Amino acid sequence: MQLLIGTRKGAFFLDSDKNRRKWTTRGPVLLGQIVNHIVQDPRQLNVFLMAARPGHLGPTLMRSTNSGKTWKESSKPPAFAKAEDGSGRVVKHVFWLTPGHASERGVWYAGTSPQGLFRTEDSGDTWQSVTGFNDHPLRPKWCNDGEEGPPDGATLHSILVDPRDARHMYIGMSSGGMFESTDQGASWAPLNKGCAADFLPDPNAEYGHDPHCVRYSPVNPDRLYMQNHCGVYRLDRPGRLWDRIGMKLPKKIGDIGFGIVVHPRDDQSAWVFPMDGTTVWPRTSPAGKPALYVTRNAGKSWQRQDKGFPTENAHWTVKRQAITGDSESPAGIYLGTTSGEVWASRNEGESWACIGRHLPHIYSVEVARKP
Amino acid sequence: MTVFIPTPLVSYTKNRRQVTANGGTLGEVLLDLDRQFPGIRFRMIDEQDGVRQHIRFFINGDAAMKLDAALMPRDELQIICAISGGAGACWGSSPTKQFVPA
Repeated sequence: MQLLIGTRKGAFFLDSDKNRRKWTTRGPVLLGQIVNHIVQDPRQLNVFLMAARPGHLGPTLMRSTNSGKTWKESSKPPAFAKAEDGSGRVVKHVFWLTPGHASERGVWYAGTSPQGLFRTEDSGDTWQSVTGFNDHPLRPKWCNDGEEGPPDGATLHSILVDPRDARHMYIGMSSGGMFESTDQGASWAPLNKGCAADFLPDPNAEYGHDPHCVRYSPVNPDRLYMQNHCGVYRLDRPGRLWDRIGMKLPKKIGDIGFGIVVHPRDDQSAWVFPMDGTTVWPRTSPAGKPALYVTRNAGKSWQRQDKGFPTENAHWTVKRQAITGDSESPAGIYLGTTSGEVWASRNEGESWACIGRHLPHIYSVEVARKP
Repeated sequence: MTVFIPTPLVSYTKNRRQVTANGGTLGEVLLDLDRQFPGIRFRMIDEQDGVRQHIRFFINGDAAMKLDAALMPRDELQIICAISGGAGACWGSSPTKQFVPA
């Protein structure tokens, strides 16, 4: 088992023994570069992609075909189409990476800031604009172009490819909302009904929401879980109305956070890492006491999980790509904090241990399997 | 002509800080650099042909920020990667003239 850690100052790798008890840290790779996401290709386990940018140069995308030993830059990184007058959009950074459908070897999708969707068919060497989204006449409205975005820039994320149908996809945008395509990105429709958007004047807006992270159940891709800027939700397709299951979380904890994890074999189980969403939105562990909350019944109830975590004065922030799970039994859950610690649970969140510390600000944590 | 490469970009030039490139304009020289060192142009110039925020070009010590700026074969092109952060900005300088942001 390996964890791929993207940080504000480069990439790191944590390797475990077969029991997931002992972990060793390797790295950094690309020291000093902002690494938003590192993802393994489940179809070619030795292929990794990494979204990177130095703070003072343009963004790029790195590829490894030997499990991260060496890296090579994409020859054509994601970029918007050039406008004749030079007024077109510019990719500031690649934020999210998703491997394509199992039947489409070499296909990946990338989400960018500002919100853009890109596709490669050669395992990340050359990228093309998904024009059905990027050039859609309503995209400027969907993305609220011209308005101030989140602090690190507006992003396109949570690119989900239906494992049963390569043409069926979802994307999330912060801000913009959740969108669905049934023709592999040629056309898109909003999918936000039921989601709150406390920052919009219209409580029933069709789009403009802020889903922070959306995942489907690997064993039931019709079940989606969402950690939104305004709550935790579940949607069972073909339904279109999100159910705010976060309302069942304790009121003093709330249902605000960034990431969400779904159990690899049980569509009833999901984990969230609530953070303080009151007053000026500190987005740190409520009362300085970090905890995950797990549901075992699709959101009807939640249980606190904090065994092993600090019990006071721990004001953690965990970003949307920095909490994930493995597919072992029992499932492992992993998270990385902006203060540079990596924590792991080998027992579905029942107990936790710190497996890495003193890293830079962590942006993402992903699991990789040994080839 | 001679082109001076800033530290953050020498990974493209096999750690060479001074290279040669050809072209009658800044844009042409950058294309020639990219031909020799694939990928280097996109780190400096975005997809709308805009100069990225922290990149500055100097021709014989004079700031040049447009891709149609003319160059002669004996000119020297210095590429500066400006560093900013903290409370204010700290800009790099050319060997002959200090660049003061507007």
